[in-house]
Amino acid sequence: MTRRVPLRAIAHARAGDKGNRSNVAVFVYAPRHYAAIEAQLTPERLEAAFGRLLRGPIRRFELEHLGGLNFVMDEALEGGVNESLNLDSHGKSWSFLLLGLEVEVDD
Amino acid sequence: MTIRLGTGAGFSADRLDPAVDLVARGRLDAIVFECIGERTLAFGHRDRMADPEAGYNPLLERRLRAVLPLCVVHGTRLITNMGVANPRGAATKAAEVAAALGLRGLKIAALEGDDVSALIGPDTPLPDSGVTVGEVGRPMVGANAYLGADAILPALEAGAGVVITGRVADPSLFLAPLRQAFGWAEDDWPSLGAGTLVGHLMECAAQITGGYFVDPGHKDVPNLAYVGFPIAEVGADGRAVITKLADAGGLVSERTVKEQLLYEVHDPAAYVTPDVVADFSRVEIRDDGADRVAVAGAGGRPRPAQLKVTVAFDGGLLAEAGISYAGPGAKARAQLAGAILEERMRALHGCNAPLRIDLIGVSALHATALEYPSDAQDVRLRAALRADSREQAELLLWEVESLLCCGPAGGGGYRGQITPSVITHSAYIDRAQVQPRVEIIET
Repeated sequence: MTRRVPLRAIAHARAGDKGNRSNVAVFVYAPRHYAAIEAQLTPERLEAAFGRLLRGPIRRFELEHLGGLNFVMDEALEGGVNESLNLDSHGKSWSFLLLGLEVEVDD
Repeated sequence: MTIRLGTGAGFSADRLDPAVDLVARGRLDAIVFECIGERTLAFGHRDRMADPEAGYNPLLERRLRAVLPLCVVHGTRLITNMGVANPRGAATKAAEVAAALGLRGLKIAALEGDDVSALIGPDTPLPDSGVTVGEVGRPMVGANAYLGADAILPALEAGAGVVITGRVADPSLFLAPLRQAFGWAEDDWPSLGAGTLVGHLMECAAQITGGYFVDPGHKDVPNLAYVGFPIAEVGADGRAVITKLADAGGLVSERTVKEQLLYEVHDPAAYVTPDVVADFSRVEIRDDGADRVAVAGAGGRPRPAQLKVTVAFDGGLLAEAGISYAGPGAKARAQLAGAILEERMRALHGCNAPLRIDLIGVSALHATALEYPSDAQDVRLRAALRADSREQAELLLWEVESLLCCGPAGGGGYRGQITPSVITHSAYIDRAQVQPRVEIIET
């Protein structure tokens, strides 16, 4: 049966920054959920969800054997750690922006 | 043969007690203190401009006093980029500390040559930003090339017990002792890729032992108040086990290692350092007992012809000020305060500098992405201004403070601060133009 769950229930994530580029890597806890995030967490989905935050392109890299996806977002940090006026100038909290999305899983 | 590496700091302000514990009980061949970020390096340059003897990590002396005697007892080499903008000044200070501690015959190496500001001019392109140095339109504060493990190697081969560098790529600080111990050649790309993986996993200290990881109820970590820093047990074939002291707090698990594997990584198949283009895309991560995780499978391709240079510019002043509202209607009162502030800064004072106003407790960190549904009853207005002048920065603080009497009801807890800021961009220069130099002081 299919159910809709917060991504945080099935996956964990970490955000990093280099210059004005942010990356968020997300890993499923159970390998059986990898197909769901691979199909549903598309760059288009992130663009739609976080529109004004992300000013540049999003690339996605897949590491299926580790159950992980790596999202690389250009011009995502409002100028980068030294320029941004965001209180979180590193984008450390972007991982939880992603984990707040919902995904459909078959269990 | 297995080499045991430890991490003593993962950033400039990292804790000291886990480092002392690790040197005391970790049976380490080398401990690495990684203490430079894009921001700290630029601040180091400014400190050195004000005082030619300054510009290195302000915690250098405290850290060395605590760990150097233990390093000597246990035969543990200390490798650090705490030299920041003044490695020679830091080495001189380290020699003073060693002398005061009665440590004789210790070789302290300073690695210089990363400062390439003389090679950077107004026409130097900043390809990632699409402009030249001159077009940034701000005074340059400093320019540092990322040196690699090859620059550190002569210091280790000369028998240095302490190596103090400026800007070196973070993983290279760990790769250097591995290259020296195992005799990996500078074009042994698979081994350099494997050693770079070890360095990358270790460079942020507690980020692989449960720090920046714990999420209560989802990812629990024991005893994080006393989180231990990591140990890497590395073999000559580049395979490694990441672990920690058994009774130190924290956790080493497949999950902590996976998160750190991709931390600040873009294409996992092409992690570029001065030493190698490492390939992390086929890395295997396996539990190997309690708080032990084995990693293998990193690859490597030839290193880039150019070195990355961080060019720092004076970023003017960042002014930040806040005032809080609580109880019924807190959000509406904070919103009104923000509207008043914006009207006065823009219309009355004609300030056109970048200004941002957030409601902490409602929507702040993620405000430009989405608005969380909120009936928050404890809300802080936060205003941030990248000011053109000190007068303008002070104006923002004055305007927020004046909301105490002229703004919405019940506003309290005003605070304001003005901090100098720097802006960084990346340039790329041919590695032949960069000439690392090692100088050794013997105590």
